[in-house]
Amino acid sequence: MPDVQALVNEFIIKLKKRKVEGSQATARMTAELLRSVISQQRVPYNNQAGALIDAIKAVGEQLIAANPVELAVGNIVRRVLHIIREEDLSLATAAVAGLNLSAVSDDEDDGEREDHPVLSAAAVAAAARSTLRPPSLQTLLEDMPDSAAVPQSSSSGGDSEGKSKSADKSSRSRKLKHDIIEAVNELIQDIATCHEQISEQAVEHIHQNEVILTLGRSRTVMEFLCAAKEKKRSFRVFVAEGAPRYQGHVLAKELVARGLQTTLITDSAVFAMISRVNMVIVGAHAVMANGGVIAPVGLNMVALAAQRHAVPFVVLAGTHKLCPLYPHNPEVLLNELKSPSELLDFGEFSDCMDFGSGNGSPLLHVVNPAFDYVPPKLVSLFITDTGGHNPSYMYRLIADYYSADDLVVQRRPASGN
Amino acid sequence: MDPRRGARVVIDPKVRQVGFFAPGRTQSAPPESSSPPVADNSPAGNSLSPVMIPPPRHASDNLHSARPVLCPPLRRPGDTIPVGSYNPSEFFPGTSPTASFYSKVGDGEFSEDASGAGWTHRGNSGKVASSFPSGGFDLTAVKPSNLTTVSVVNMPPGISVKTRGALIEVQNEQPASSRSLKEKTSKAERRALQEAQRAAKAAAKAEVSKAPIAASGVATPVNAKPAKASKPSSQKKDSASVTASEKKGVDRPPEKDRKKDIPHPRMQFDDKSRVEKAKRRAVVRPIEVRNRVELFRHLPQYERGTLLPDLESKFFQLDPMHPAVYKVGLQYLAGDVSGGNARCIAMLHAFQEAIKDYSTPPEKTLVRDLTARISSYVSFLIECRPLSISMGNAIRFLKSRIAKLPLSLSESEAKASLQSDINRFINEKIVLADKVIVRHAVTKIRDGDVLLTYGSSSAVEMILLYAHELGKQFRVVVVDSRPKLEGQLLLRRLVGKGLSCTYTHINAVSYIMHEVTRVFLGASSVLSNGTVYSRVGTACVSMVAHAFRVPVLVCCEAYKFHERVQLDSICSNELGDPDAISKVPGREEINYLDDWAKSENLQLLNLIYDATPSDYVSMIITDYGMVPPTSVPVIVREYRREHLWI
Repeated sequence: MPDVQALVNEFIIKLKKRKVEGSQATARMTAELLRSVISQQRVPYNNQAGALIDAIKAVGEQLIAANPVELAVGNIVRRVLHIIREEDLSLATAAVAGLNLSAVSDDEDDGEREDHPVLSAAAVAAAARSTLRPPSLQTLLEDMPDSAAVPQSSSSGGDSEGKSKSADKSSRSRKLKHDIIEAVNELIQDIATCHEQISEQAVEHIHQNEVILTLGRSRTVMEFLCAAKEKKRSFRVFVAEGAPRYQGHVLAKELVARGLQTTLITDSAVFAMISRVNMVIVGAHAVMANGGVIAPVGLNMVALAAQRHAVPFVVLAGTHKLCPLYPHNPEVLLNELKSPSELLDFGEFSDCMDFGSGNGSPLLHVVNPAFDYVPPKLVSLFITDTGGHNPSYMYRLIADYYSADDLVVQRRPASGN
Repeated sequence: MDPRRGARVVIDPKVRQVGFFAPGRTQSAPPESSSPPVADNSPAGNSLSPVMIPPPRHASDNLHSARPVLCPPLRRPGDTIPVGSYNPSEFFPGTSPTASFYSKVGDGEFSEDASGAGWTHRGNSGKVASSFPSGGFDLTAVKPSNLTTVSVVNMPPGISVKTRGALIEVQNEQPASSRSLKEKTSKAERRALQEAQRAAKAAAKAEVSKAPIAASGVATPVNAKPAKASKPSSQKKDSASVTASEKKGVDRPPEKDRKKDIPHPRMQFDDKSRVEKAKRRAVVRPIEVRNRVELFRHLPQYERGTLLPDLESKFFQLDPMHPAVYKVGLQYLAGDVSGGNARCIAMLHAFQEAIKDYSTPPEKTLVRDLTARISSYVSFLIECRPLSISMGNAIRFLKSRIAKLPLSLSESEAKASLQSDINRFINEKIVLADKVIVRHAVTKIRDGDVLLTYGSSSAVEMILLYAHELGKQFRVVVVDSRPKLEGQLLLRRLVGKGLSCTYTHINAVSYIMHEVTRVFLGASSVLSNGTVYSRVGTACVSMVAHAFRVPVLVCCEAYKFHERVQLDSICSNELGDPDAISKVPGREEINYLDDWAKSENLQLLNLIYDATPSDYVSMIITDYGMVPPTSVPVIVREYRREHLWI
């Protein structure tokens, strides 16, 4: 599939050159790319899911390697893998139920049986996607055989199926792909609308006359604040400018345009102002499985100041930012050092930055990291498109979105079979 | 000699066992040395022991003439902490104990003119102690004795005389020569001599701190000669007079005075009537910023752009304003002079000029007219830029000197005396204080350290350069923040001197803090609740350092201490030019706010200072030594008059 490969390569180059900004855009583009990979992928008769998983993993590995710091790529790859597994599983259970059905044919409760598999497949998918719904007793009971079926990997269901009903196969393979693409579309939809779902909750958190502080610019935060404003809440916002990118200026401009009382402050004034702030609302770059946040640089400072003054530190994050990995030394390993020219003019200090002079070691280093790591204990609340959560709950939320088999996205020769 | 002393021979056996009474030492000591150094009649003193308070100075003049005698016992609990970590050889390389000792005497004599008693400078005595390589004196022996002196403060004269006696014995357990020095001095003469010595010492000091050994030659005669010349007086009389003076000086001020010490509430700019009144008096008519920040209505928020040309055009109308003051005011306004010390020195120099050109108008007295004149200068300077606390202290000093001018002085004498006072203030409180701070702080820098500093502090810069001169191997992290980006200037100077530097913005402070071993910060002021009032962002840096368990050392001259208290950065602050926020120099692409700056909903807030809570500060390095932030009120209170502002 040269066309897909070309698409993949193009996206990889974009990622490598850091042309894609923001985790939401990255996530959406990744999902779209993977969708086209799936649709182009020719599937064998048996073990279609395995083939798809292999293909996605192959692409995903390259994508992740292209920008290991952009965790959204890995998240989406894992989400798609999870979708494939799930759809396959639901089909398999449907097939098993169908087998049962044919075996026990002519039964009077045919219609009822007919309903069952459908319901269970829907339940599995729903349980996977809408994570917060408490499982009813019925779904729990229905899920039991499913979860037992998980280990006997997807292929076995397909194999047994393939042997038993070859005529049904082509339709089934089409159905699987179709279902998967449907689900990925849903995922893309979710990513696109996560702002709305998050900002719907704004009125529950922002009340009249509140003072809110944020740093830098996050689209989610902007929409969150604007949603509260639209609901006739009047409050004021302190925006720290977020050097060296100064995205805070953009946010301030957008908020002012929407009629919000906005005060732009320097980053250094955060500690001075936080004693008058009721709530800190920030966006995140990624949320780790332990509840820690990879956030734009400077937020750790803000979080510490908020903790000092017992100000709630609220992180807004779409579910595509949930990363199933646990961070190790994230300040260094999940960070990115940007160009020093954002801090110092090259011309101004060029004599000092001369690496070739003197004893070989330059006198001047300029450090310009892009991200900060905010440990979970500093975060009061996560607001995702599925509601508000504690940092300690993140691991559970992640279990709903990702399959444990996909945490390491690497092509293993035996992974498919 | 003192009969009472004999009566109080054995009081605290524990104390007797230690320190000065080691056999080797007592041999040389005369009979009275058998009496213990400590009076037991001071439960208060003992109860004070957990507090690291340096004892009050017994009598400043007594000390001066007999400094060599007094200093070793003056090693006190408060000092021992910094002292312990001193490496004497590092401090005065190659100096013999005596030499460095004398050099010390010359070095830190800030409190000379103290008419009453006060304390020795912690820094001074600490250094003296440290300059004894062997540390031969037992600390514990010294400690109780000091505590008694603390307790003396509130005691009836009789008892305190006894204590004094006891203490003086301690001092007398020195080699005979030094004791004789002291015995020969009478208080009155020493007082008289002091005035004469002052100038000589000030000169000597500067050299001393640069080259202790060389300076010892200068300092020694200054101290020794007057002592020898003075006529002998009995020990008893000496101790009595000492007590008297001590009581006068150290005793708590009467209730009325104390009330006066409460700092005046500052001008609140949300108080309409007062603002109107102030405006009528003002030279320049500032225009209020259109979008004022609601939270900071109590602070002046004026348009910046119009002020400078307005003021410049008024040059010829400003009749009463001295040109030097005018110049400084413009410099403040334009930001050419910034930084607490620089501003304070510039102001004092301007006042000096103004005093030089001053002549008392007919039918007026110099004291009152000059004070009024200075006040008008000050209000002019306030219009240009709000005063820093250090400047406020300097002005208070100057005014108190004017008020205390003897009426007998002729005008020229009075002017000369004021000018020399100002010089002395600059030299002792700023220049020398910085040198002392540098000496202290450099002991806290080890090889391999990574030192973080924020913004640009003159004291920290001196420390770093001095440590580099000493050949210490360390790296510097310069953290900077908008809008002033003062760190870049510091960075350039440091890199120019060959220091290895890392530069970053304040947002990345959490990233860089992992590798940092010490944080050195400057301060605009240290308030008496231990709050460090400093360049905005200092609180953030020290908070992150605190979170990462990195010690935070604040370097601040003691003249910047203030008895005001503050819990947050909002009640009192200074607002800079709001337009500096919306524009990022050198980054033309960041112009999002160009059209929006006039919008009603947008306010730009450019805070200048913030208040760092004292629990983030590990140590404050001042010219009186290295103290925890909890000791600031002690220093402020005890050095309040004579010592803090001379």
